[in-house]
Amino acid sequence: MIKAGVLKNANGSAYIEFGDNKIMCGVYGPRDVHPKHMANSSTGILRCRYHMVPYSVSERKNPAPSRREIEISKVIKEALEPAVMLERFPRTAVDVFIEVLQADGGSRCAALDAASVALADAGIPMRDMVSACAAGKVADTVVLDVNNEEDQAGQADMPIGYMPNLEKVTLLQLDGIMSPKEYKECIETGIKGCKIVYEIQKKALNERYFGDDHK
Amino acid sequence: METLHLVAPGDVITTDTGFMRGHGTYHSDDGKLVASVAGVVQRINRLISVRPLQSRYAGEVGDVVVGRIVEVQQKRWKVDTFSRLESVLLLSSINLPGGVLRRRSAQDELMMRTYFTEGDLISAEVQQVFSDGSLSLHTRSLKYGKLKKGCLITVPPSLVKRCKNHFHNMLCGASVIIGNNGYVWISSMEVDQEDQILLNPRDEPDTTREKDIAITREERETIARLRNCIQALVARKLTLFDTSIQYTFDASRGYEVYTVYVQWNLR
Repeated sequence: MIKAGVLKNANGSAYIEFGDNKIMCGVYGPRDVHPKHMANSSTGILRCRYHMVPYSVSERKNPAPSRREIEISKVIKEALEPAVMLERFPRTAVDVFIEVLQADGGSRCAALDAASVALADAGIPMRDMVSACAAGKVADTVVLDVNNEEDQAGQADMPIGYMPNLEKVTLLQLDGIMSPKEYKECIETGIKGCKIVYEIQKKALNERYFGDDHK
Repeated sequence: METLHLVAPGDVITTDTGFMRGHGTYHSDDGKLVASVAGVVQRINRLISVRPLQSRYAGEVGDVVVGRIVEVQQKRWKVDTFSRLESVLLLSSINLPGGVLRRRSAQDELMMRTYFTEGDLISAEVQQVFSDGSLSLHTRSLKYGKLKKGCLITVPPSLVKRCKNHFHNMLCGASVIIGNNGYVWISSMEVDQEDQILLNPRDEPDTTREKDIAITREERETIARLRNCIQALVARKLTLFDTSIQYTFDASRGYEVYTVYVQWNLR
């Protein structure tokens, strides 16, 4: 379930429930860059922050950014950059803030889905939406969207970020071991999952238009 | 009601190459016309554009805007007008108190904060649009300048209709400035007209002229009712211009001021 336009103060926002993951995303921009030295005179910049709230996992997570969160922030930013037309607004920044309220495996994919919808909600020009879904290998079978328990006990986890209309992959990570044949199968399954998510993203944007949600 | 063609970024609008590309679209590598924003497709003859769900204000020369001063720099102010980059108000683009025409001196530069300081609201006109999209404003007319004693309400800029005149004296006794950038200023009529007279022979900024004009309860209610009417129009995604606000105001006369807000904004 994805809902667009949920935050009053953000320029664009989305809330996603993906399995037991509950993630909120707010997008601001394009707006002035502070500190000024970070501004790029030829293109806009994309800044992304992925953060998990302390009660999102069973053992309290320290609010300070962990290495995993910094990695995921970087990965999501790089997955969104090919999609957003940053060269149209030089000297500005687009800020993406992701807060994970409840995590249960595959949260970086869900976060990327929410970020895409939030960017579209904010009216920021993009070449294509980015849909993401994780494939994995659990008990020697290729499966789609592993949750936390399956990830702990499983053999591989592969998050995939995909632009459905341009048919390009913007995020691909693999945690685990698999054979080349399984790898191919995983990618195909993952892309199928991304296409399913894309339909849900479009539905969220449609509802935003007709649902009369005002900010 | 015609069927709305909703698109998401990346959706192919048409593969026909005869169409011209408008806002919110781009040509993909294989010649297809693709949407770049989420919104409704609008087709006017051979021009196809996509109107996004919401977007920041993109300025045109001659637009009337209401903005808030965010920074005081060397010879200019930075103004927030809900656009991508902060707008610029040069010291040479404002009217000095007293209507004096002279070159701005170093003394004027030091006194900039007495003219406008951070947090002030101003009405201005767009003089120039720079190549990166930022706006240069000016207040070189008596109707522009600092706004006092009123209420600001922000609406999506796409709902503001482009008119010849953006300064309206409503029949209900309040005056409304509908900025093209979506910032709408509502104030009582007397205050606005008083500040037009800036004859101060001693050549000092007129901040000392804060007349103690008490705003009556009726005026405050009118301003509050107007604000709620505008909120109601925004909630229903209707265009904002003086007639639409006036009609909504007249229609709301039967209700209490706070009921207007509650009934027309909550679903």
